[in-house]
Amino acid sequence: MIRLENLSKTFPGQSEPAVERLSMEIYEGEIVVFVGPSGCGKTTTMKMINRIIEPTSGRIFIEGEDVTQADPDKLRRRIGYVIQQIGLFPHMTIADNIATVPRMLGWDKKRISERIDELLETVGIEKSYRGRYPKELSGGQRQRIGVARALAADPPIMLMDEPFGAVDPINRERLQDEFLRLQSEIKKTIVFVTHDIDEAIKMGDRIAILRDRSAIAQYDTPERILTDPADAYVEDFIGSGASLKRLSLSRVRDIEMADWPVARLSNSHDVVREKLRRSGKEYVLLLDGQERPKRWVGADDVALDSVPLASAGWPAVAIVEESSSLYDTLDTMITSYKGSAIVVDERSRYLGVVDFERVLAAIETMRPHNEGQPARGGA
Amino acid sequence: MSFVEYLASRWDNLLETSVEHAEVVLLSLAIAALIGVTLGVLTYRRPAAAQTVLAVASAVLTIPSFALFGLLIPVLGLGYTPTVVALSAYAVLSILRNTIVGLRSVDPAVTESAKGMGFSNWQQLTKIELPLAWPVILAGIRVSALLILGIAAIAAYVNGPGLGGDIFSGLSRIGGANALNLVLGGVLGIVLLALIFEAAFVLLGRLTTSRGIS
Repeated sequence: MIRLENLSKTFPGQSEPAVERLSMEIYEGEIVVFVGPSGCGKTTTMKMINRIIEPTSGRIFIEGEDVTQADPDKLRRRIGYVIQQIGLFPHMTIADNIATVPRMLGWDKKRISERIDELLETVGIEKSYRGRYPKELSGGQRQRIGVARALAADPPIMLMDEPFGAVDPINRERLQDEFLRLQSEIKKTIVFVTHDIDEAIKMGDRIAILRDRSAIAQYDTPERILTDPADAYVEDFIGSGASLKRLSLSRVRDIEMADWPVARLSNSHDVVREKLRRSGKEYVLLLDGQERPKRWVGADDVALDSVPLASAGWPAVAIVEESSSLYDTLDTMITSYKGSAIVVDERSRYLGVVDFERVLAAIETMRPHNEGQPARGGA
Repeated sequence: MSFVEYLASRWDNLLETSVEHAEVVLLSLAIAALIGVTLGVLTYRRPAAAQTVLAVASAVLTIPSFALFGLLIPVLGLGYTPTVVALSAYAVLSILRNTIVGLRSVDPAVTESAKGMGFSNWQQLTKIELPLAWPVILAGIRVSALLILGIAAIAAYVNGPGLGGDIFSGLSRIGGANALNLVLGGVLGIVLLALIFEAAFVLLGRLTTSRGIS
């Protein structure tokens, strides 16, 4: 999809090249993460793909076409671009920001308007925000609009330079999860730059670990980089806890969930008591009308008909989405009261429950990868 | 004749010269804005060039207005033309300076994302940078307007239009009948014009600045 051939960049006035003879292939529909210490040339490399930075030598091929000499403005309209500071146009409304590239490409008004609505829905922002200005949005919302704007003309390729870098850690997790879910639908070819190896492991279908002058230390899947680092530099860069990081690569949807007794908030106390008795478990999970987990109740909590179910027992917290990693699930479980986590789908509907045993069983199945590998002291 | 009686008998005349005064100021301002914004656009990314044009514009502003009008007589003669030329020259500096400052203060992330989305240089300038710098540029035009409203009075020295005529003739026969009234009338006209200009600029600013950056 994207092929870089002997790409080099020497900035004027510098004797050392920032990027030296980099060749690599980026495959269609994958997220490729460039990761490396600051100053290693990862951002420069990415910016040469849409020629925000013109390469000193070497060639860039996109879909087989040599774009090294193509009209840069036309090239850039085919490539979505998201930077850390997002750079929404402050004097334009959200709708106008998103409409930028479609307008340059000459789409008609109706098509643009429909596309704006569609994208707002995709990134989870209400349509009523169309007429608002960037300053009226939170950091997370701006980031979502930045992604929507880059996706506006449905470019096959996206370049993302630390897109979640300026967002607080809680929102970053959420945005990463949302973006991965989005990518599973849109299947863009994405070049993603970060200095955070954990983000690289989470986001990447493939990771290029770069050292000085954008030299590739290892270019492989996260699984292989974690289980079989190419050299000491890569090991160092991964840092300690490679096995734990491995957990962040498996999704909770891929492991077997426990079947747990559930009842509805709208059920009578008798029904709940009956379910509890028949299941033989200590607690039953109560769902609301939209199948969303609401409360845990035990036998004592539903003993009295006078206590409404909506306030009986204790609230159902420790909820993870099915696309969450085992790492996050384990984390949620450790901090939860009962040592288990409720799994829901993207609309927060109940799917099942996982506990430590299930996660441990999943870790067992990963182990063969590690066997035969001497324990490498990353720390 | 008291000043009030003077105003009552001469108000139509005063109104006419005030309109002339406003017209010559507006024309000069338009020319200066064209020059200032153009020079600003051409130089804001080139520090050395920007320094140079700013130095020239500043130097012009230090020439005493009497002297400048006088120096223009042999070249442009008397009347409207030297007035407009001199006023435009004085008005350039703050428009130019604010254009450069305004364009330079545009967030680099905004221009980079514009470039990354495929804006040509011209589109980037007209659709992103100038609209974002506009409040600052407008503030420069406003300062220039006030400056040349006052200086325009001196244009009477080269037989220029405006309220300066009344002020000069009053001053030249001070002590005589109505001399003080003539001066006061001219000054009052200029002050009122300044207030009207201020109000107009506030309104213009509201109408032409995006709600997203106000």
